[in-house]
Amino acid sequence: MSKVDQLKRVEVAALQDLSVGIGKRVNVSGEEIALFKQKGGTVSAIQNSCPHKGGPLSEGIVSGEHVFCPLHDWKINMKDGQVQAPDVGCVKKYEVEIVGEKVYIFVD
Amino acid sequence: MGYLQKKVKEIKERWTVTEKLVLIGNGMAGIRTVEEILKKDASRFQITVFGEEPHPNYNRIMLSSVLQGDSTVDDIVLNDYNWYEENHIELLTGDPIVKVDAEKQVVYSQNGLERSYDKLIFATGSNAFMLPLPGADKEGVIAFRNIKDCETMIETSKKHKKAVVIGGGLLGLEAARGLLNLNMEVDVIHIADFLMERQLDEQAGKMLKTELEAQGMRFHLKKNTKQILGKDRVQGIEFTDGTSLETDLVVMAVGIKPNIALAQEAGLTTERAIVVDDFMQTNVNQIYAVGECAQHRGIAYGLVAPLYEQGKVLAAHICSENESLEHGYQGSLVYTQLKVSGVNVFSAGHFQDSKETKAIRVHDEFEGIYKKVVVQDNKVVGAVLFGDTSDSTRLLSMMRNGDDISAMSKVALLPSESGEAQVSPVVAMADGDNVCDCNGISKGAICSAITENGLTTVEEVKQCTTAGRSCGGCKPLIADLLTLTTGEEVGNMPEPLCGCTEYTHEEVVAEIRELGLSHPREVMNVLGWESDEGCSKCRPAINYYLKMVDPIKNADDPTSRFINERAHANINHNGTFTVVPRMYGGVTDSGQLRKIADVADKYNVPLLKITGGQRIDLFGVEKEDLPNVWSDLGMRSGSAYAKALRTVKTCVGEQFCRFGTQDSIGLGVELEKKFEYINTPHKVKMAVSACPRNCAESGIKDFGVVGVDGGWELYVGGNGGVDLRGGDLFCKVKTKEEIIDTISAFMQYYRENARYLERTSHFVERVGLDQMKQVILEDEEGRKSLINRMEIALSTGKDPWKEIVENEELQKEFKKKQVEVLS
Repeated sequence: MSKVDQLKRVEVAALQDLSVGIGKRVNVSGEEIALFKQKGGTVSAIQNSCPHKGGPLSEGIVSGEHVFCPLHDWKINMKDGQVQAPDVGCVKKYEVEIVGEKVYIFVD
Repeated sequence: MGYLQKKVKEIKERWTVTEKLVLIGNGMAGIRTVEEILKKDASRFQITVFGEEPHPNYNRIMLSSVLQGDSTVDDIVLNDYNWYEENHIELLTGDPIVKVDAEKQVVYSQNGLERSYDKLIFATGSNAFMLPLPGADKEGVIAFRNIKDCETMIETSKKHKKAVVIGGGLLGLEAARGLLNLNMEVDVIHIADFLMERQLDEQAGKMLKTELEAQGMRFHLKKNTKQILGKDRVQGIEFTDGTSLETDLVVMAVGIKPNIALAQEAGLTTERAIVVDDFMQTNVNQIYAVGECAQHRGIAYGLVAPLYEQGKVLAAHICSENESLEHGYQGSLVYTQLKVSGVNVFSAGHFQDSKETKAIRVHDEFEGIYKKVVVQDNKVVGAVLFGDTSDSTRLLSMMRNGDDISAMSKVALLPSESGEAQVSPVVAMADGDNVCDCNGISKGAICSAITENGLTTVEEVKQCTTAGRSCGGCKPLIADLLTLTTGEEVGNMPEPLCGCTEYTHEEVVAEIRELGLSHPREVMNVLGWESDEGCSKCRPAINYYLKMVDPIKNADDPTSRFINERAHANINHNGTFTVVPRMYGGVTDSGQLRKIADVADKYNVPLLKITGGQRIDLFGVEKEDLPNVWSDLGMRSGSAYAKALRTVKTCVGEQFCRFGTQDSIGLGVELEKKFEYINTPHKVKMAVSACPRNCAESGIKDFGVVGVDGGWELYVGGNGGVDLRGGDLFCKVKTKEEIIDTISAFMQYYRENARYLERTSHFVERVGLDQMKQVILEDEEGRKSLINRMEIALSTGKDPWKEIVENEELQKEFKKKQVEVLS
């Protein structure tokens, strides 16, 4: 956790603004980040740019903990940022903290 | 688990697996060997694989298909990362081995990793041979060997026009065809006086040249390249005869060179490649070589089937305790097929004539067919087939078995020449004969897999037996075997909806109706989907089927819709959107144009363009601006993003045209107003022309209407897109009302019976025009009920833009949050 301590905690959304199955875009000081609310009420945050051609992942079809990029259908795990086989790569993943209704992420 | 426990477990695992196997090279030959080993004894070795390329094992043979645009890189992956994980194989990609210490039995990688081994397999394959020409190091001079080369060619084609391929062999021609598909001008330079001289005789080589010239390639035979011209980047090449060519790209495809540098340093005996015995063993204890880097009885093979045969022998040898029981590798019969669409070429064995051989030749200049079968001592020893390769499997089998042909007639040797109806070559094959030569899968193995597992599709056979997984050339034979074994025509067998289920489209629709299902999640649950949440293929399909079955009761599930249908605009490559307002029948007025102009200025719309469907595109709108753009336009959504009616294109017709005999604009506007916002399995386009001159291009639309003297003709199933298809004349009627009713009934029939994402052009072909005429035109009751159901569906149609503009809650999805981090 020591690394997280050095990062900045930023409030990015209210829990009620997010809905399961639809991504949400947030721009944090120029960084495009996609937020996804999961069934259990947790939230994942990943870089909003597919490693393939930079497609906005926030607009993709969500399937459980995976999102399909809207441009060419790459499948990305939003929990660990890993691109699913047969494609390869990963997107940046952000730590998320939920306090009451507020959703925070940690950025450097 | 605590740290210590973990460590203990790790150490235990390391010591309970007694033998360590290291594979250098993550390509087809090496991984096939590993697969064979796992098949024999999955827990025997602790396996580590080092690969130079940053990819899992992929099908190198199919690179030409990627380049030619028929497959994607994803399609050709043979073993994905999961496979390595599931089989507990340590995979280290992008990290080649740089040193082997054969005494200590340790390998060292570029990134500094060390692995000790009990058995070591070299499967380092080969590199492209680059001609050592002056200028060969310039930018734009590449080989055709791996995914990166493919990507370079695709990238180059976006900026440059001209390409030169050096080498008129198998690989060079496949590369050249790929470059043509990428819209480049292609010149092929070849040193010999005919193409593919290592696989073909002169006659076949010449016929091939004529065929490829017709496809657009230009050839320069008997040419030697002297140097490559240009500054940093290649600009041209110069030949030894003083002539030259301008070019932006040079692809060298002159041959391959076994990759043996590492083996030499490790002290292995090498000649052209690493020398191995019949058990793929090198001169050094516990070190083996397989594939293109291995040389067996003087031959280093560069084709896939021999590599796989070697892998099998090596696996058997490594896994067996008693060596004397095995049958070693005896060498392979070599054959090739050119993978260029529209050209059938096959060559096998000793196809050149000599004093000891005699040949049967068939040359049909009308059909462009040439066949040569070379016979020695009453046995077939080689063959070349051009234009018609349907005899290839039989000839190969005869060569392998050494059949005595002294009693055979020419027709028996080449049965496709008999002119009779063709029987599939699999019928004549013995159970032991290979159907898939790449993977060594026999007819018997496939037949028993089909009956034991109840397989019904080529895809299933591929998954179950690996037959057809490499070059795919045997797929027609597999289809024939399925027909033969199951007694059913394979082509008509429906495929499952997607990878999440076994159910076909039709079965899913039937279950939705039968069980009264109403939500995608419910459908997936009840029908036992393999993944709870489905995927990007099945979810939109299920959502469509639900609304189609009960348009009133079943609610739409926006999370199952592709972004275009959620944002009601088309997503662009950079994440912006395109707005296309409705212009009924392609008719506009000064008020609309003024509004569009004002919106374009206000929102800095970077591109305005007239669409093929007679309206105006506003490209490059930010998502958050969409609701305001719609509101300012005050026009209705043109559904340019939807699986729904897109446009009704019209000609001007009787209003102004001196030829027009009908009111095409009037009918077009009426059709568009009636059917806008009805969901269909795929997009639907219409056109109305006022006379047979057909200015609205009615012949290539899903529904095309043509005005004729005293009435209208209706064409259906036309398509101007991927599969160009002229529409079929469906009926000829007198009134507008009849046209509207017929389209209504047809569209409802299409809605109810087509598979999601099936265009009318494919639907018409699958179902048959006669069947449709029967239902839609002749069965009066059926027609009426189709029209009724269409009216119910139409009653739910709404303009989505208006809905969102009037509802602030719905606008939320479009907003983007901006957060500034204070430092």
